[in-house]
Amino acid sequence: MSKRTAKDAHLPVGECVTQVQDILRQRLCHQRLPDKPEGVESQHRHLLELLKRTAIHGESNSVLIVGPRGAGKTMLLKCVLRDLLEDKEAQKSLLQVHLNGLLQTDDRIALKEITRQLHLENVVGDKVFGSFAENLGFLLEALKKGDRSSSRPVLFILDEFDLFAHHKNQTLLYNLFDVSQSAQAPIAVVGITCRLDVLELLEKRVKSRFSHRQIHLLSSLTFTQYLERVRTQLSLPDGFPDSRFAQDWNDGVKTLCGDKSVEEVLQRHYNSSKDVRSLHMLLMLCLSRVSVAKPAIKPADLLEASRLCFADAKANMLHGLSILELCLIIAMKHLNDVYEGEPFNHQMVHNEFKKFLQRKSNSMYNFEQPVILKAFEHLQQLELIRPVDGSSAKTQREYQLMRLMLDHSQIMEALQKYPQCPTDVKQWAMSAFG
Amino acid sequence: MTALLQHPGYEDESLQRVAEQLPCREAQSAVLLSLMGQPQQYSYPSIFIYGHRASGKSHVMHVLLRELELPHATLSCVECVSGVLLFERVLLSLFGHEAAALLPRSASLSDFVRVYRQQCSLSPAEQTRFIVMEKAELLRDADANLLPALLRLQELVEDNVTVVLLSEIAWDKFRPNTGCFEPLLLHFPDYSKGELQQILSQDRHPSYSADFYSSYINILLGVFYSVCRDLRELRHLAALNFSKFCEPVAEGKVKETDTHKLWRNIEPHLKKAMQTVYLREVSSLQWEQMQQMEEKETGVVRGLSAHTHIELPYYSKFLLIAAYLASYNPARTDKRFFLKHHGKIKKTNFLKKNEKTSNHLLGPKPFPLDRLLAIFYSVVDNRVAPTASIFSQISSLVTLQLLAQVSHEDQLDAPKYKCAVSMDFICAISRTVNFDIVKYLYDFL
Repeated sequence: MSKRTAKDAHLPVGECVTQVQDILRQRLCHQRLPDKPEGVESQHRHLLELLKRTAIHGESNSVLIVGPRGAGKTMLLKCVLRDLLEDKEAQKSLLQVHLNGLLQTDDRIALKEITRQLHLENVVGDKVFGSFAENLGFLLEALKKGDRSSSRPVLFILDEFDLFAHHKNQTLLYNLFDVSQSAQAPIAVVGITCRLDVLELLEKRVKSRFSHRQIHLLSSLTFTQYLERVRTQLSLPDGFPDSRFAQDWNDGVKTLCGDKSVEEVLQRHYNSSKDVRSLHMLLMLCLSRVSVAKPAIKPADLLEASRLCFADAKANMLHGLSILELCLIIAMKHLNDVYEGEPFNHQMVHNEFKKFLQRKSNSMYNFEQPVILKAFEHLQQLELIRPVDGSSAKTQREYQLMRLMLDHSQIMEALQKYPQCPTDVKQWAMSAFG
Repeated sequence: MTALLQHPGYEDESLQRVAEQLPCREAQSAVLLSLMGQPQQYSYPSIFIYGHRASGKSHVMHVLLRELELPHATLSCVECVSGVLLFERVLLSLFGHEAAALLPRSASLSDFVRVYRQQCSLSPAEQTRFIVMEKAELLRDADANLLPALLRLQELVEDNVTVVLLSEIAWDKFRPNTGCFEPLLLHFPDYSKGELQQILSQDRHPSYSADFYSSYINILLGVFYSVCRDLRELRHLAALNFSKFCEPVAEGKVKETDTHKLWRNIEPHLKKAMQTVYLREVSSLQWEQMQQMEEKETGVVRGLSAHTHIELPYYSKFLLIAAYLASYNPARTDKRFFLKHHGKIKKTNFLKKNEKTSNHLLGPKPFPLDRLLAIFYSVVDNRVAPTASIFSQISSLVTLQLLAQVSHEDQLDAPKYKCAVSMDFICAISRTVNFDIVKYLYDFL
């Protein structure tokens, strides 16, 4: 888009909205890299320096990037790689191997993937190797051109690093770290993980070969920075074709961020989580409400999006239960109150329900036991109640012990919202003892 | 009548068709459509849609993807028992046969991603590709890394792809230990009573008037709505019972407009359906046969009572009764029930019980073989020798699953059992041998 610099070209609104959606969706859904990583400048410098040494000077290194989910670990690494590859020399020689703990579930698969990514399938051919180390050594050997100083540096990126630690004997990690320690081919091993205790997972022999260099990404975002981030994420870049629309849009975003109610909502989100991903989700919901008829984000959109994000899923599910199932839930709640959270079985719940019915003169809920049992089993299917572990399959269905997976407030919230809830059921739920 | 869906990037005609096929789901389809955006734009990497059974989750997704002609793969996790099947189906629907054939035997997730990337570099996505997974709760039982990988598939394959997961269970129950990429959550609320009525009324047979059919649906909902809100189930029941509802009209006894008389005719019938067809105790075929039978010989009501009748040998019946008594009575009360001269036990002491300890709430207790036999000898009316035939009858009761063996199979001396039959069942059994079991039950004293 930025290439088309048609100054002050007026596009129709529909076109503009499409452009806005294009640009912002790239950012929010596709995690497009920002021009400059924010808030992690020092880490960026550190990592870039480290990788440069491998790429240009042929020095082996290993490093772990540790941080909670959505803290920007992958973003940081990708930014560093982008900057690194701007260097001509690095671009020419550096080889990359990307592995992901989710995909390469054991070392055999990982080794195959490494071979593939280094384009060495032909070299390996039908050779049979005695051990993993031998195989990896061969691969790295194949990359050498002549003497050691001229062999090509390889960058190993291990996403979800903690999952590699669960592989048998940690062979892959051991060998990679071993190569990076001894003066063989120059390699850099970069692990990305969300587990802070990842070093505890490593075996002693693996741990001792690791350089113990860790880059921590612990977000220390203040609320003002958070607000600023919301603004930049929603703002349009300078190169937008219709500059007047872009101006209007950016002004709109600025007023949006200044709005009192919006600030309140964002504060709530900030308090519950600071990570980028959840913010993206919120903004994506807002963005999806932008249309030709309404080419701006209004505070009401943000409130609605936040309501969707914070909706309690279980209360939502309770809303759709039949009245019989709801009565059973209330009976369970009473049992929980009386017996202080002891598990219950279907028979007790039924008994509790019958006690409620006896106090009523009208018998509009006159159900047969099997019908009630079916409702009970439906609740189990929805995982609103769960069988207690250890109660074997040999017990009859009616007597299997269960626990209620809902808390008091969820039930109450659902009752408030329940359509046409009979008053007596409501009163029964409110009464302290059934 | 239908509110027109509007979205740039799609033809109005196809949107109109979508709107017609999705009654009462306008709001949800509009939200989904706006999240999907225009075909070439990126959508959120993964969307998780939850809602009750038959709340239109799959239907809305299908109709949207089919009518808007977006590239998609739809699969049910019930069918994909292994990851390989799942990968094959996805590649087959997105890229065709050749791509699916590229997968090696016993393909891993790594192979799938490799083949996918290879294929999408050959044919880059011009429109967002969608992968829809129904019954996503089953993914939790698959390999631990499958679900997290699917959620961030867009990132892994670097393609414009969105994974849509459909489930009845809330997302909270899916989250793995170390967390994962969080999908966008969408809730499909259940249909309200009015909406159910509206949808069900669309199935009307052309030979009957709309009012007549909707009054039928109204009566049906009156009976079943408090128990079941599953649209599919209600539809099934509506189809099964409609012929019965029409009967008086066809015979000319009642006019179509006489709702009250029609209600009087059908209501007991629907109540019976709730106890039989709804519980799947009889199949719909049997139910239709029963309806025809009834006209010939009235009073034959099978259903719930059908399985409380099972033919057993004479002593087996007593063994079962004895087992039931042993399971539900505390051992210390045996003296009181089965000894002629049990001496004086203070009644007040004896009857002191609170509801908490009622065995019919807590379930059967295990008992040793000796106690079973002791009770058996005292309840059976003539003298029986403890022959092999008695013991073999015990083991056949275990095979029939009327008794359950609690102790290990290899424990030969003093095995323990539990009675696994219901109160109704044992009452029916004891009636056949003229034994008043209620008199011997501690809970009903």
